[in-house]
Amino acid sequence: MKEKKLRILIAKPGLDGHDRGAKYVARALKDEGYEVIYTGIRQTAESIVKTAIQEDVDFVGLSLLSGAHNELFPKIVELLKENDAEDIVVFGGGVIPEEDIPFLREKGIQAVFTPGTPIKTIVDFIESQRND
Amino acid sequence: MRDLARDIVLGKTRAIARGISLAENDSLGREELIDLLHPHTGKARILGITGPPGAGKSTLADLLIAGERRKGHKVAVVAVDPSSPFTGGALLGDRLRMQSHAEDEHVFIRSMASRGHLGGVSRATVDAIKVLDAAGFDTVIVETIGVGQTEVDIIELTDLVLLVLVPGMGDEIQAMKAGVMEIGDIFVINKSDKEGADKLRTEVEYVLGFKYAHEMEKMNPVCMVSAKMKQGLEALEEEAEEWFQHLSLSGLLEQKRKERIQKELKRIFSAKIHELLDKKMDFYNNVEEWAEMIYQKKVQPYRFINESLHDFLKKESE
Repeated sequence: MKEKKLRILIAKPGLDGHDRGAKYVARALKDEGYEVIYTGIRQTAESIVKTAIQEDVDFVGLSLLSGAHNELFPKIVELLKENDAEDIVVFGGGVIPEEDIPFLREKGIQAVFTPGTPIKTIVDFIESQRND
Repeated sequence: MRDLARDIVLGKTRAIARGISLAENDSLGREELIDLLHPHTGKARILGITGPPGAGKSTLADLLIAGERRKGHKVAVVAVDPSSPFTGGALLGDRLRMQSHAEDEHVFIRSMASRGHLGGVSRATVDAIKVLDAAGFDTVIVETIGVGQTEVDIIELTDLVLLVLVPGMGDEIQAMKAGVMEIGDIFVINKSDKEGADKLRTEVEYVLGFKYAHEMEKMNPVCMVSAKMKQGLEALEEEAEEWFQHLSLSGLLEQKRKERIQKELKRIFSAKIHELLDKKMDFYNNVEEWAEMIYQKKVQPYRFINESLHDFLKKESE
């Protein structure tokens, strides 16, 4: 059987409008052969979770530069769980201080990529989580 | 599979999403699922939106969702974007324009990549429509990828097609070419606030006037809309409603849907025959050797295939 086509939602929760990083990652992952769904800036946690479920994605990548990651990232993981969708892998990126990463990992964010991360690192992570 | 079909009919979001993925990935159980859902289909109105890239299809879809919701209808959207022919990847961004409905539980939006299928939709779009129809959505909107001149699959999948055009795409000769102008039921001229919109309308009506010179009453409606300024939408919704009424009262809708089933059966039939013969004649393992014989001019392509098929069928009937 041929390899399953992975679907990835790239979403921007919170109030900052800096979508350059999110768009860069979305485009780079497309070029790597993934199907990437991009929904634009200022999405609520609820809308991100509903979108992830309707689109039946395998991954949700969250980008945040406003500093609200410690509240919003775990909230999205929680909401996925409440909707029986905890199999969807969540990762994050953006301006996130090193010292916050262990907390986010503990809350179920499977990986955090800070600025300057090569796209290959993200691809390696995605491939390591593939479960088909 | 029965559980999944049941949950889809009950309208459970995760099941609907999974059902569409199953069809997209052509996974085991796809045929069974579609058959299980079949008795529950046929209730939804299926609306297509097509047109060139950048014509405003997604924005229009967003406004149509709002209109349907005001009427209390449940709405689903399938938005198709192209897959890269080089990497197979896709950036699906139609949804961006419809995110204002993301938290509405009676709106379901699904982005699909074309995955190499030509024709403006993906191979699995037909199945996705069935899943959504069976799930109880009153209206299913299918938005094609930005089309050029031959992507006309949408007429085979939907009850009613909105062809979205915008000013500045070329002269009336473009509109007279075969293809895109032949696929709309309702012609929507979007960005009507832009220069050239009235001229485009005249040109479209001129081309349609040729087609229906002797039966002007059959001429397709042409609607001027500005999705950005939210103008002309009510008139468009009324035209769509009227067109639907006309289709169902005249029996044309039934006829259209039966034709669609015929085409679907043809498609399934030829795919199955293809698959069967590929397997029986071991085409893929032999093709290299056969090509070599033809390259060496030992045999001729048509004669060779005709004789191989003939021999195979003879052996089968013995």
